[in-house]
Amino acid sequence: MSNFWSGYIIALTVVFLVLITWLLFATRKGQQVDQTTETTGHNYDGIEEYDNPLPRWWFMLFIATLVFTVIYLILYPGMGKFPGVLGWTQVNQYEREVSRAEAQFAPIFANYSEMSIADVARDEEARRIGQRLFATNCSVCHGSDARGAFGFPNLTDNDWIWGGEPEQIMTTLRQGRQAAMPAWLAVIGEEGVRNTAGYVRHLAGLESEGVDLEAGKQVFNTNCVACHGPDGKGNPLLGAPNLTDDVWLYGSSMLQVQHTIRAGRNGNMPAQAHLGEDKLHMLAAYVYSLSLEDK
Amino acid sequence: MRQHEIVEKNIGLMIVLIVIAISFGGLTQIVPLFFQDETTQPVEGLRPYTAVELEGRDIYIREGCVSCHSQMIRPFRSETERYGHYSVAGESVWEHPFLWGSKRTGPDLARVGERYSDDWHRAHLINPRDVVPESKMPSYPWLQENVLTGKHTARKMEVMRKLGVPYTDEDIAGATEAVKGVAEIDALIAYLQHLGTVISDRR
Repeated sequence: MSNFWSGYIIALTVVFLVLITWLLFATRKGQQVDQTTETTGHNYDGIEEYDNPLPRWWFMLFIATLVFTVIYLILYPGMGKFPGVLGWTQVNQYEREVSRAEAQFAPIFANYSEMSIADVARDEEARRIGQRLFATNCSVCHGSDARGAFGFPNLTDNDWIWGGEPEQIMTTLRQGRQAAMPAWLAVIGEEGVRNTAGYVRHLAGLESEGVDLEAGKQVFNTNCVACHGPDGKGNPLLGAPNLTDDVWLYGSSMLQVQHTIRAGRNGNMPAQAHLGEDKLHMLAAYVYSLSLEDK
Repeated sequence: MRQHEIVEKNIGLMIVLIVIAISFGGLTQIVPLFFQDETTQPVEGLRPYTAVELEGRDIYIREGCVSCHSQMIRPFRSETERYGHYSVAGESVWEHPFLWGSKRTGPDLARVGERYSDDWHRAHLINPRDVVPESKMPSYPWLQENVLTGKHTARKMEVMRKLGVPYTDEDIAGATEAVKGVAEIDALIAYLQHLGTVISDRR
């Protein structure tokens, strides 16, 4: 703040304070011992108004606000560049609050950071912490029960698209994931889409009507095996899902599978690095713990 | 003080005196802010909205999002833990009008950018309960059917430039082209994905 604006603010504040103090005293009517019988002289339809002074306690409230103002302006910033005796700022109040919390919680996180994710996942209290973090940061997509939704993976079923080992989960959290299934319509045609969809459903044990499985298999072997593997079991390095386990991210109906093949799918998990390593560690452990019973 | 009666009985004089009394507050608290770097200079890295984002912002205004979503993270730990770094004035210098809001029926959106995937936003805008079962946000299915024409985009950007947003002639010349044919939902998502991304979440 420049000196000019600092002076401007101080001058206006002081002038205003002096003015209202003057106004308060200039308009004050002397205190009387008893209530007056004097009237204001107004007379409307015979109704008159007594001219009593402001009650003392009321007047003192005005004085109290003026005293408060002076004390406040000494303690807190208000008079231009003068920072106030307390040195208070909005930012340092925030930073105090954060560092208090830091002092309280950092040792807890540090303690868990030294443990492996698999061990943290078995710690009851750590899971409670992880569950809170999950509710705040992950549940919007994956659901508060972590069972996901259409297009957002279920994290409780031990079926992993990008891998379910602790380090793989950490990588997913830290860097995010971008799936890249291309659209196949231009390559394999509408009939190819139908047959391949039928074949993919067949891999998961689902029957489809009016489908040439043999033709579908051929298309699959030419185009899909690069990512999903020759047996359709997927590849976590590429985020290619296992197609044989009847777990479907984008629906299992003939129409849905066809749409997936026709137009491609590009699911995106945003990176969560901003949460910091300590919290990611807790989150990874929580997510890992969700399918722990199956391991 | 007998003069009091003069003020009470002369409404014109009373108005003048009231205006003087009230203006002290504005002159002291508001006017200096127009001349502080902290409130008038953009934060480092701030860029004006692209044509598509600007149209998305107008959809945000049209649909009344600001009635339920604030865009103002206050400097409290309880807010920064959930939403990210608190909002600073330099992020809003090119906002006309600003959309800080004052009502949080839904969560704050000041840093919603890059937090969820585009697919999530699409599903959520069409029917919020598809992804957040307990949500009470209304559905906005028409956003995927309505398509922008870009008819007024260039004009809007010219007005923004008059208000001090540094759009270049090329920006404005290419505006209609960039916007034409874009679905409203995509424009809105483009706007949302840019919100608050200039300042990183933790300082």
